[in-house]
Amino acid sequence: MESLEALVAHIQGLSGSPEEVAHLHSLLKQADGDSLRAHAAALVPFLAHLSPETHSLGYLYLLEACATSGSNLSEFGGGDFLVTIAGFLTACSADQIRLAPDKFLNVCRVLKDQVMQLNMPIRGIAPLRTAVRKIQSSPEQLTPVHADYLLLCLLAKQYKAGLSILEDDIFEVDQPKDLFLYCYYGGMIYIGLKKFPKALELLHNAVTAPMSMLNAIAVEAYKKYVLVSLIVNGQVPSFPKYTSVSAQRSMKNHAQFYVELSTSYSNGRYTDLETFVQANSATFQSDNNLGLVKQVLSSMYKRNIQRLTQTYLTLSLEDIARSVQLETPRDAEMHVLRMIEDGEIHATINQKDGMVSFHEDPEQYKSVEMVEHIDSSIQRLTALSKKLASIDENMSCDPAYLMKTGRDRGRFDGRFDYDDYDSVPHKFF
Amino acid sequence: MDVEGEVPAAAAAAVMNGLGGAEEASAAPVSAEQLDVEAYAAQYSGRTRLARLLFIADRCGVEAMQLEALRMAYDEIKRGEDVQLHRDVAAKIGGRLGPRFGLDQAWVDTVTRRADQRKEKLENELNGYRTNLIKESIRMGYNDIGDFFYVHGQLSDAFKSYIRTRDYCTTSKHIVQMCMNVILVSIELGQYAHVSNYVSKAEQTPDSLDPIIVAKLKAAAGLANLETKKYKLAARKFVETGIELGNNYSEVIAPQDVAVYGALCALASFDRSDLKSKVIDNINFRNFLELVPEVRELVNDFYASRYGSCLGHLEKLKPNLLLDIHLHEHVETLYMDIRHKAIIQYTLPFISVDLNTMATAFKTSVTMLEKELAALITENKIQARIDSHNKILYARHADQRNATFQRVLQTGNDFERDVKSMLLRANLLKHDYIQKTSGSRKM
Repeated sequence: MESLEALVAHIQGLSGSPEEVAHLHSLLKQADGDSLRAHAAALVPFLAHLSPETHSLGYLYLLEACATSGSNLSEFGGGDFLVTIAGFLTACSADQIRLAPDKFLNVCRVLKDQVMQLNMPIRGIAPLRTAVRKIQSSPEQLTPVHADYLLLCLLAKQYKAGLSILEDDIFEVDQPKDLFLYCYYGGMIYIGLKKFPKALELLHNAVTAPMSMLNAIAVEAYKKYVLVSLIVNGQVPSFPKYTSVSAQRSMKNHAQFYVELSTSYSNGRYTDLETFVQANSATFQSDNNLGLVKQVLSSMYKRNIQRLTQTYLTLSLEDIARSVQLETPRDAEMHVLRMIEDGEIHATINQKDGMVSFHEDPEQYKSVEMVEHIDSSIQRLTALSKKLASIDENMSCDPAYLMKTGRDRGRFDGRFDYDDYDSVPHKFF
Repeated sequence: MDVEGEVPAAAAAAVMNGLGGAEEASAAPVSAEQLDVEAYAAQYSGRTRLARLLFIADRCGVEAMQLEALRMAYDEIKRGEDVQLHRDVAAKIGGRLGPRFGLDQAWVDTVTRRADQRKEKLENELNGYRTNLIKESIRMGYNDIGDFFYVHGQLSDAFKSYIRTRDYCTTSKHIVQMCMNVILVSIELGQYAHVSNYVSKAEQTPDSLDPIIVAKLKAAAGLANLETKKYKLAARKFVETGIELGNNYSEVIAPQDVAVYGALCALASFDRSDLKSKVIDNINFRNFLELVPEVRELVNDFYASRYGSCLGHLEKLKPNLLLDIHLHEHVETLYMDIRHKAIIQYTLPFISVDLNTMATAFKTSVTMLEKELAALITENKIQARIDSHNKILYARHADQRNATFQRVLQTGNDFERDVKSMLLRANLLKHDYIQKTSGSRKM
């Protein structure tokens, strides 16, 4: 076990080129372990000698040893340790840290715990965002840092900050738990931004992800899924075929009240729904869903009014109030006005007669913006189907797949398809 | 029919007490003074006459009619041998018709004893035949036992016996006879799946059938479809029933019934061209319609768009139809359907319709009409919009171009969403991740 000074000297010396870094890496691995952590207190001044950009790998090892040493981090120069970590995360070199990903993840985790302990989640947002980008091997990969980052955004109520990460599509996942947390927190962020369709998408992924046993995150996600479904579509769809069996069987049992809420909603009577909500407000409150439930309530009015636009050309405010079960025509007017402003219906209110005239959607699909929108959609979708085709191709070349289908088809197929058997070694003939 | 001395006095007393004191039957308070119970019952024979009389007695709500029906039922039962029905009727009469119409225990005992004796005899005969293994006699033996059970009201035993004859049927005549028996019992038991089954069996026999039998089978099939709520199929079967049916199937259905059921189902389910070709121009069915001129008027009115009078006729017919054992539970649905069809047909040719004129045509108020129209529009049966301020209905033709654009964009979004989540799931599965119970990591 070399002394600390020697280690630091190595780090400084061997951080030049990739081969040197590889050599350094092996050295560090040897030096790593509890012994390094035992010297944690002594490591901090050494950190000052190292530069986070050029000596990222070494810095990382030392930093991680300090961070996970278990001793109270506030001892290390107070809140400055936080600044140290933050500074490292912002400045480190992506290539080097990718050699030791778990250490990096540990450091991020420590940062998150620290800011949460200090009750200042906002301090962790910027560093973690850069961290996410650095450790991702591709923008489509999900890392544990994603979930932590979204959590901090939620706690700090910085929803827009979370958006930039959420807009990337995720296709690769290492740890299923990360996915669940990511979808759940992501859904909550979209709910906070009132982008309910996107929230629905994420929560749907959480609910229908393959799982052999039900987990609590999925159950919570399902509760929110029910509520957001009601707001967006007015109904909760049944589980699609690809949902895991365990989810299909037991998910509803854990979310009893929400299922009842959705049946009450589908009956269309506002007063019943309201009484139900009030009776069970304690449960909803304990799940932190009361705000969402209230939005479900108001969405019922909206949905009823929208249904009216399908049937009537003009309707008096009293009739609207009556059919939607509002108290007075004044309330009806307020609701309609709000919906017109939000762009949810197209109508004009004639106050003299107390009439509302409903109009068709004025969108003619002829404008330049619409053409651009359609064009970009087409491009996006073409790219997506190309990706799908390439994944399919890769899969059909996969030896494991070929073995399985080859075995099912039997050795001697009617027609020898040489293209299929080309990549299979001869021993399978 | 012989009328005893006490009965008119009792009936007259009931009349004095006021017909208004009608005990409301479960569903509709029926004021059915128009239905002549005697004439109605005369159309039928056998057990269906009894069933219908009892049904009328239960449902009609007018005491005089009820007593008349019960009285006729009592006499009819005395002529037969069903002991259980006798007890039921006597209980229902409850002594209101005088001592002659009470529970006649002596008669019950005689009949029961006779029945037991006959049953024993039949069973011994049957066992004899079975040991001799003569197919024809075994078949007749089972048939006789089936008839015996039927007359005594033990319908499920009758059913079983008739089914047993199947194995011993040799000619197609036998098969047809067996099918007809089974159909009869099944209709009474209310097992209409069997009815359809055996009708198709009978129709498949290789020999050509007697036209009367064909008509009977069609009528039975129509009845089965009606009871299982397949109104369109029922209508088709009824209009295809041959006029040879006449009074030959009075143990199940009367030709007037064929006309009524067929016309109502057709009105509720056929479209305009079918209505014209299969009902109005159908010479065969016209013969049936002649028997019930009201219904014929009804159909013609509907076709000629005289909705007011058509609906008026329907209302007049309603109380009597509610007393019919097969139709009563379908009356409301059929009437609703016919009414909706009338409304839809009315609005079809116009770009704009004044709701006031329409309301007078349908003999309803503007508000009620508006509600009905709103319901139909929501169900997408009428393509229109209501101008509630001026009370006009405007036809609305969806803009295909805009709708297509909307649908395309929506499909694009759905595709994108589904493919992305699918790729994600594929990735999870590819790494063969098994989610262990990670406990609660709620923050």
